[in-house]
Amino acid sequence: MNTNVTTMNKEKARKNWLVMFIHKMGSPPWFYNFAGKLIPWLWAIFIGLTVWGLYLGLFKAPADYQQGESFRIMYLHVPAAWMSMMIYTSMAIMGFIALVWRIRIMEILAMCSAPVGAAFTIIALASGSLWGRPTWGTYWVWDARLTSELVLLFLYLGVIGLYNSIDEPRKAARAACLLAMVGAVNLPIIHYSVKWWNTLHQGSSISVTGGSNIDPSMLWPLLIMAVAVKFYYGANLLTRARVKLLEQDKRKGWVKNLVKEHKS
Amino acid sequence: MNHAPFIWASYSIGTVVLLWCALAPLTRKKSVIRDIRKLNQIEERNRDPNS
Repeated sequence: MNTNVTTMNKEKARKNWLVMFIHKMGSPPWFYNFAGKLIPWLWAIFIGLTVWGLYLGLFKAPADYQQGESFRIMYLHVPAAWMSMMIYTSMAIMGFIALVWRIRIMEILAMCSAPVGAAFTIIALASGSLWGRPTWGTYWVWDARLTSELVLLFLYLGVIGLYNSIDEPRKAARAACLLAMVGAVNLPIIHYSVKWWNTLHQGSSISVTGGSNIDPSMLWPLLIMAVAVKFYYGANLLTRARVKLLEQDKRKGWVKNLVKEHKS
Repeated sequence: MNHAPFIWASYSIGTVVLLWCALAPLTRKKSVIRDIRKLNQIEERNRDPNS
């Protein structure tokens, strides 16, 4: 009986802590300080993992028996391509939450995700193009995977453009969040393009459920890089969100005090 | 075919784009803080016309 009561109390305390955390996240000064403390750690983990992943990928992994040394572009291209889709997914989810529950921090996070996602999409397209030349003999073909990834870049640019074209920030964020949600229809097209159509781009070599076709000596650096770029996204997103908060709340007391105290 | 130029070009583009993406909010922050300081000074001057 006592054990049951203790478990229930623990569960209640955990739920209360979560509710409190979500409430606190909605407070701009609290979010600003919390993000400020988190950002250096995220950068440190990103740099550490990137150095480790690139060392293994560029110096330790053996050359591919078919593609030779050019396969090393994979350690940049694949994490960037995954991030381009993951960031769009999170932007659309945050946009949905912002639209339904009118949470300003979510609007800011969704809008600050767009430039980071666009940057990863540019890297995925450019590195893919440079990998394609020695592998396929061409920099670009209008196949389904490449074209749908290019459409993703245009969607990111559309969200950024729409957000910047409306003066009132909250109205701008709501319009851009709606566009982000509509654009999410492109995500399954990118993912399944190599299955639905006959493309020059190869199919997936790694599957969450079906294992991997890549040798572990080549796979581990890729997984490390894939984790590393998530920390880059986190650090960059929070940095951008803090600046956006300062910008939007520049007439509010907490920002004025922060700047006066040189704590920004 | 020598693959090194393609690998170097890929990682160079990646580094430049990621650096630009990381530094852009920091330069923006500087200009936002400058604006807020100016705003604070104007408000203080309006509050105390003798200073």
